[in-house]
Amino acid sequence: MLLELEGVEARYGPVQALHGVSLQVAEGEVAAVLGGNGAGKTTTLRAISNTVRRSGEIRFAGESLGRKGPEATARLGIAHVPEGRGTFAELTVQENLRLGAYTRRGAAKEDLRRVCSYFTWIERRRDQQAGTLSGGEQQMLALARAFMQRPRLLLLDEPSLGLAPLVVSEIFRIIKELNEQEGLTVLVVEQNANIALQAADRAYVLEAGKVALSGASADLREHESVRRSYLGY
Amino acid sequence: MRDALPGVAVRAAALALGVVVLLWLPTYVSDFRQEQFALVGMWFMAILGQNIVTGYAGQISLGHGAFMMIGAYTTAILVGHYGWTHGYKLATIPVAGAIAFGAGALVGLPALRLSGLYVALVTFALAVALPQFVTKWPHFTGGTSGLPLSYSDIPGNHYLYVVSWSCAAICFVLAWLLLRGRTGRAFRSIRDSEIAAVSAGVSLPVYKTFAFAVSAAFAGIAGAVYAIISNIESPQNFPLSVSINLVVGAAVAGFGSLWGIWVGAILLEFLPIWSQSAPGLGQNAPAVVQGLILILVMFIIPGGFAGLLRELARLPSRARAFGATNFARTES
Amino acid sequence: MSSVEQTFGGAGGHVTALRRLLGPRSTGPAVVLLLAYCVFLVIGSLKSTQFAQQVVSGIASGATFAALALALVLIYRATEVINLAQGEMAMFSTYIAWQLLAWGVGYWGAFFLTLAISFLGGIGIERLVIRPVERGGLLAIVIVTVGLFLLFDGLALRIWGGLPRDFPPAISGSPIRVGGVAFSVQDLVTVCVTIGAVILLWLFFQFTKVGLALRAAALRPDAARLVGVRVSWMLALGWGLAAALGAIAGMMIAPTTLLSPTFMQAILLYAFAAAVLGGLESPAGAVVGGLAIGVTINLLGAYIGWIGSVLRLPAALAILLVVLLIKPSGLFGRAAVRKV
Repeated sequence: MLLELEGVEARYGPVQALHGVSLQVAEGEVAAVLGGNGAGKTTTLRAISNTVRRSGEIRFAGESLGRKGPEATARLGIAHVPEGRGTFAELTVQENLRLGAYTRRGAAKEDLRRVCSYFTWIERRRDQQAGTLSGGEQQMLALARAFMQRPRLLLLDEPSLGLAPLVVSEIFRIIKELNEQEGLTVLVVEQNANIALQAADRAYVLEAGKVALSGASADLREHESVRRSYLGY
Repeated sequence: MRDALPGVAVRAAALALGVVVLLWLPTYVSDFRQEQFALVGMWFMAILGQNIVTGYAGQISLGHGAFMMIGAYTTAILVGHYGWTHGYKLATIPVAGAIAFGAGALVGLPALRLSGLYVALVTFALAVALPQFVTKWPHFTGGTSGLPLSYSDIPGNHYLYVVSWSCAAICFVLAWLLLRGRTGRAFRSIRDSEIAAVSAGVSLPVYKTFAFAVSAAFAGIAGAVYAIISNIESPQNFPLSVSINLVVGAAVAGFGSLWGIWVGAILLEFLPIWSQSAPGLGQNAPAVVQGLILILVMFIIPGGFAGLLRELARLPSRARAFGATNFARTES
Repeated sequence: MSSVEQTFGGAGGHVTALRRLLGPRSTGPAVVLLLAYCVFLVIGSLKSTQFAQQVVSGIASGATFAALALALVLIYRATEVINLAQGEMAMFSTYIAWQLLAWGVGYWGAFFLTLAISFLGGIGIERLVIRPVERGGLLAIVIVTVGLFLLFDGLALRIWGGLPRDFPPAISGSPIRVGGVAFSVQDLVTVCVTIGAVILLWLFFQFTKVGLALRAAALRPDAARLVGVRVSWMLALGWGLAAALGAIAGMMIAPTTLLSPTFMQAILLYAFAAAVLGGLESPAGAVVGGLAIGVTINLLGAYIGWIGSVLRLPAALAILLVVLLIKPSGLFGRAAVRKV
């Protein structure tokens, strides 16, 4: 198990958002966290990168994350692409990518080339200000930047948010490709259960800050309540 | 929420104690010291003004020394040029307050458009630049050598003490009345959140300007009293450090409360004197101690002296709660 | 595509770089205004040597305002706070340099040693004094910078006394005359050193990893953390750089104004005016603003007798007020919308 959460609780000030979440992600797999608004999906990711007050046990590659802050978590090999993408709109595409490689020692040129092979448009738009990219391009830039980190685990917060279906499929295709070709473990949080279940190996359904259902995504797709609530049929 | 401040009875008792001390002090201390305590009264009023604009209304003013200077020059000009001596000298005090009030409103108006940091900047710049402005009209303001006031009509230090503290008492009562009413509530709401204040119907332009004007008036009155005490008014009397001192005094007293102002006033008057005999780095450089005090206050008790009182007042209820959780188990 | 990009076509990348240098959304009107002012200055200088003289010495003093203004902007971008103690810190650094010189250290040795000490001091101050109150709200931070102001003021007074002292120029020599205009050697050195420092900083920010991390930390601290940037150390680094810039400003000004505990107070005011004029968020704006203020104050003082040399500070205050009333975001800053 690359990532294990046990009884994780999290709060925003006096409001408790997670009431004991437990999940596991194995190395090399794609796991999805589903659920409606306010279920605690984003908070789960924030708990992992410690950008929210959390308690409970979180283990990464067997070691407890303890009280490590987001900087240290990034250095350990966890890349968190947050809600809103976390791109630096005022900086150029290239600068965003360079920042992705911040924690890596040595020249990032090799990584830059690999990134360009996955995202072919980046080469041409290197000097463009990131804030002027389209929504889909920004999401891809965020992915590319995370990839520059060469992480072991990629945390993705609602990559499909605000994007057209074609763009969403393209993004998930790239995610799958990164997972299969680079061995990147992915934990993706999504409202779009359909596309998430197609891409993921395993999924968890959150409700009111707790895990309501879990299992292989193939099984969940057939599950009665999942079909009704999240898949629409 | 339980009221953390001491009850009405305690506050009234504290006030009465203050009045008693003020009445008794002149009988106990030397004549020279009475002048010093008169200056304490002067600082009291100035810090009161600073506290109103920064502590209650949340506007960071780093230039209230300039308003003191305006008040001082008003008195000096009325006395020196227009002969308002003897009894009329005291009459210059409310005039100084009124003119400073106007000046404060003038400063408050542009401050409406600016966010907190810029207000601090502008008032800082005002404090640095105004003294130089004054030297431009030497025939009116006495230029760099200043304006002397006549002192033949001052019967002694005790007189200064009485004048100063009478004004201070009046100012305190005025401030107390103002702050416990609608104005005070409006000020506090602006300090806490301008957006919330506006949605609650508080008019920002009116109350922000009023905060500057009223606080400037108090500072102006303090300046007028200073001119009367010191008998000469010159541009060097109110450099930037005075404005900074007021902020120190108000921070030590405790922003947003009237109960610690006397502490700030005593500090401002006596620290430079004490520092002359202070050991080490503080010697003859009261600024070092002031700076350290400011920083430490912000670290440890951001509420200043008044905040300290609040914490002390909470001790009984905290002790009760402690006792309740730890010793009540045997009962249940 | 904006008209600029249309005109310059393939140079798009460089134009973008230039745009970013000038700060967020550099406004066309501001650039036009500046160019017009420069034309005015050139024409005036050609017509009158006295005018040219004032412009030249204005550029020199303006360069020092620019250095201090840049320090203010650096800290503002990093911590959203104006360091009121910047001037006093610069003053203290200058005293340190004076002390080193008094102990027999050579000029440039003392210069760079002071820079290093100031840099470390700035980092230390951010870590020890600013960081604990960072979350305390604007008032707490302002009060703490006021406390620092007092502390340095008092320490300088205590250690070195209040008597003004001489501070040597970097290179002494007689003025160089070009076409009737005298260029003092110190002025030339000032401009070179200050502009050199600014260019070095720009290179640092644009081309190094740490410089990029600093910019990222200032722009979006939360996103920067997720990429592994230790944001609080970046802020401390910003303070260190700012302190070093202040030291440069102090050491360049001191030869002309005599060294005393209060000698940087007026300069701080000019730097405020410069930073606000250029836009508090724009480093290039601070430099341009500094030069503009230096030249303008000189010209106003020389040609408007009523202002003379006495009312220069109030003139700077007036400029500050005018800018804040008309366009608070300055020439190159982002236009901030106040919704209330």
